[in-house]
Parts: sequence; C-alpha cells; structure tokens
Amino acid sequence: MNELVAIFLGMVLINNFILSRFLGLCPFFGVSKQLGSAISMGVAVTFVMALSALATWIINTYVLIPFDIEYMHIVIFILVIATLVQIIELFIKKTNAQLYFAFGIYLPLITTNCAVLGITLVNRQEGYTLPESMVASLGAGLGFTLALAMMAGIRERLEMANAPKAMRGLPIAFVVAALLGLSFSGFGGMV
Amino acid sequence: MARFGKEFAKGLIISNPVFVLALGLCPTLAVSTSIDNALGMTLAVLIVLFGANILIAAIRRFVPNITRIPIFIVIIATLVTVVNLIFQARLPDLHESLGIFLPLIVVNCIILGRAEAFASKQPIFYSIADALGITVGFMIALLMISFIRQILGTGNLTVFGHDFGNVPVLGENPVAMFILPPGAFLIIGLLLGLFRRTGVMKGE
Repeated sequence: MNELVAIFLGMVLINNFILSRFLGLCPFFGVSKQLGSAISMGVAVTFVMALSALATWIINTYVLIPFDIEYMHIVIFILVIATLVQIIELFIKKTNAQLYFAFGIYLPLITTNCAVLGITLVNRQEGYTLPESMVASLGAGLGFTLALAMMAGIRERLEMANAPKAMRGLPIAFVVAALLGLSFSGFGGMV
Repeated sequence: MARFGKEFAKGLIISNPVFVLALGLCPTLAVSTSIDNALGMTLAVLIVLFGANILIAAIRRFVPNITRIPIFIVIIATLVTVVNLIFQARLPDLHESLGIFLPLIVVNCIILGRAEAFASKQPIFYSIADALGITVGFMIALLMISFIRQILGTGNLTVFGHDFGNVPVLGENPVAMFILPPGAFLIIGLLLGLFRRTGVMKGE
C-alpha cells in the first residue's frame, strides 16, 4: 500500500509529467489559454491514459512476453492507443452528445500526445504490476491536469500583463513554466 | 536542383521545427541537457524522418485518403523500432541517456507533421530535401539550447569524451538549475524572445 502511495505522489508532484519529464508539452502550451478547456483536456487525457495503461499492460504481459516479441512494443502500443481513442470517440458520440461537445474535439489530438504513449512506456520500463501501473497512470494524469490547470489560470491573467512585445505569447509562457517547474522541484525530497 | 535547395533551406530558419512551428517540444527540452544527447537525438530523428519521408512519398499514390494517418503511424513506428534496436546494440550509453524519448519519436509531431504536410503530396526527391532541412533545423535548435544548458549547468565543454576545457568561474560553480527541467523552459523562452526581438523570427 505504501508503495502505491509513493508511486502516486511521485507521479503527481515529484516527477510531474509536464514540468519535470517534459511529456505532453504540445497540449500544455496549446490548450492552456482557458481554464475550462484545460480541465476538459486534462480529464480526457487522464481517462485515455488509464485505459491505455490497462490495455497495454494486458497485451504486454499476456501476448508480447509469452510470444517473445517484446521488440514490437512500440508499434503495438501506438496502435492500441490509436484504436482506443477511436473507440472512445465513437462511444461518447453515440451515448452522450453533451460530453462529446465538451471534450470530443480533444480526443483526436490525444493519439499523438506523448504523455499517453509515455505512461505506457514508463510502466513497461519500470516493470510495474497491474495495480501499480493503474495508480501510476492515474497519478500521471492528475499531475498533467494539475499542471495544465495551473498554467491556464496564470495565462488568463498573463493576457492582461504588460510583458515586453517580443516576449508575449509563447516565450513568456515558457518562462512561466520554468517558474512553475522550479516550485515543483521543491517536492523533490518528499517521498 | 534549385528547388531541392529551397526545400532544404526552409527548414533551417523560415519554418524551423522548434523555434517557429513549436513542434517536437518534448524531446527538445528533455534531451538538451548535454551536447552529446542533442547530437544523438538528431541522429535518431534524421534516420526516422529520412526513412519516413522517402517511404511515404513513394507510396503516396496508393494510400487511401481515409486511412492515411494510421498507415503513416505504422511506418514511423516501424522505423523507430529499428532505430531503437540499433541504438541499443551499437550506442548503449546514448540509448540509456535518451531513455523513453527514443521510442517517443513515434509521437513526435515533427515527423508526422512532415509526412502529412509534405511527403504525402510531393515526389521522393524533394521529400529527401525536406527531411534533411527539417533535421538540420531541429539540430540547430537542439545544439543552441543544449550548448547554453551544458555550459551554465555543468561549466564544462565535454563532447563525446573530448574535453575542451572548463569555463572560467562556471567550472567551479556551475548553476545546476540549468540542467534541471526548469532551466530548459527558461532557456527556450528567452531564446524565442530574443529571436523575435531581433527580428530573426516573427512574433504572434
């Protein structure tokens, strides 16, 4: 149990996917202009991460390892993620139109989000068991959402700030991310 | 031939993948801790992008429009698997320090972006020029960032075991923040601001 808590906290705060592992930066800078859409994106990514972690764990343990074709893991994992995202998109479209409008538009983007492929590769590399990979993927997703929401909150105010002309937009967002990263590095010795 | 040069040159500055298009940020920031890593990543991206652009340009007439993205992804993933295995066998140190960012080239937007925007519409010859130009542009960006980070963060200039001496003052007191993640964000933010200020690249 302690180990699971340690993995979870590690993923959310210490090895935050965005701020210290640099995974999922495209949505971090692309979708972080409004708080609402940032949170929708975060929830969608967390959901896909958890499902992908589950699916790839099962495939890795019961197909790739027994048949000794582990070298195929990159191709298989990306195909699993792409297929999952398609299925989720179809499912949401049919069952819940409101939810589809809330984060349906982010779903196609998630396939090429390195955070999702990242978590499946991290789980495989660390040799996590099923509960461990589920906790790790939920923690990573929550950490992703947290960083995205914080960034969106700051950027909404940054729009009004009188930054130098050359720094407006993307450059100042990077500097803000540096400050966020610095403050997160304070969690370093926690677990 | 003139067009070959033009397609090559545009990747360097006008549509530099990192600084102008803001693509492929994850590997750029993650592997720019040292010049060695930057060059290793460039080599991996070169092999994958070169192969992917040639293959995709070669099959562009036979690929049905509706299934093109999955086909591109499978081609790219296969090439990345090949590169991953080559690095594991021949360059184990580099394979170790690039870590999961080597397999993550699959979802690097630079490569899928070039496949979608260029190689799927253009002949093989120009797709090669495009791949080379974009890779050199990627290398320029990575080298700039990693050079600054390595000098400020470690104070030395070691490249693949060749020691080019220590930097005065910084050699004894390196600012470790610059090889940590926040340093990467700070350096790329300031570089982008500088490029816009000097007019090398356009602002928003």
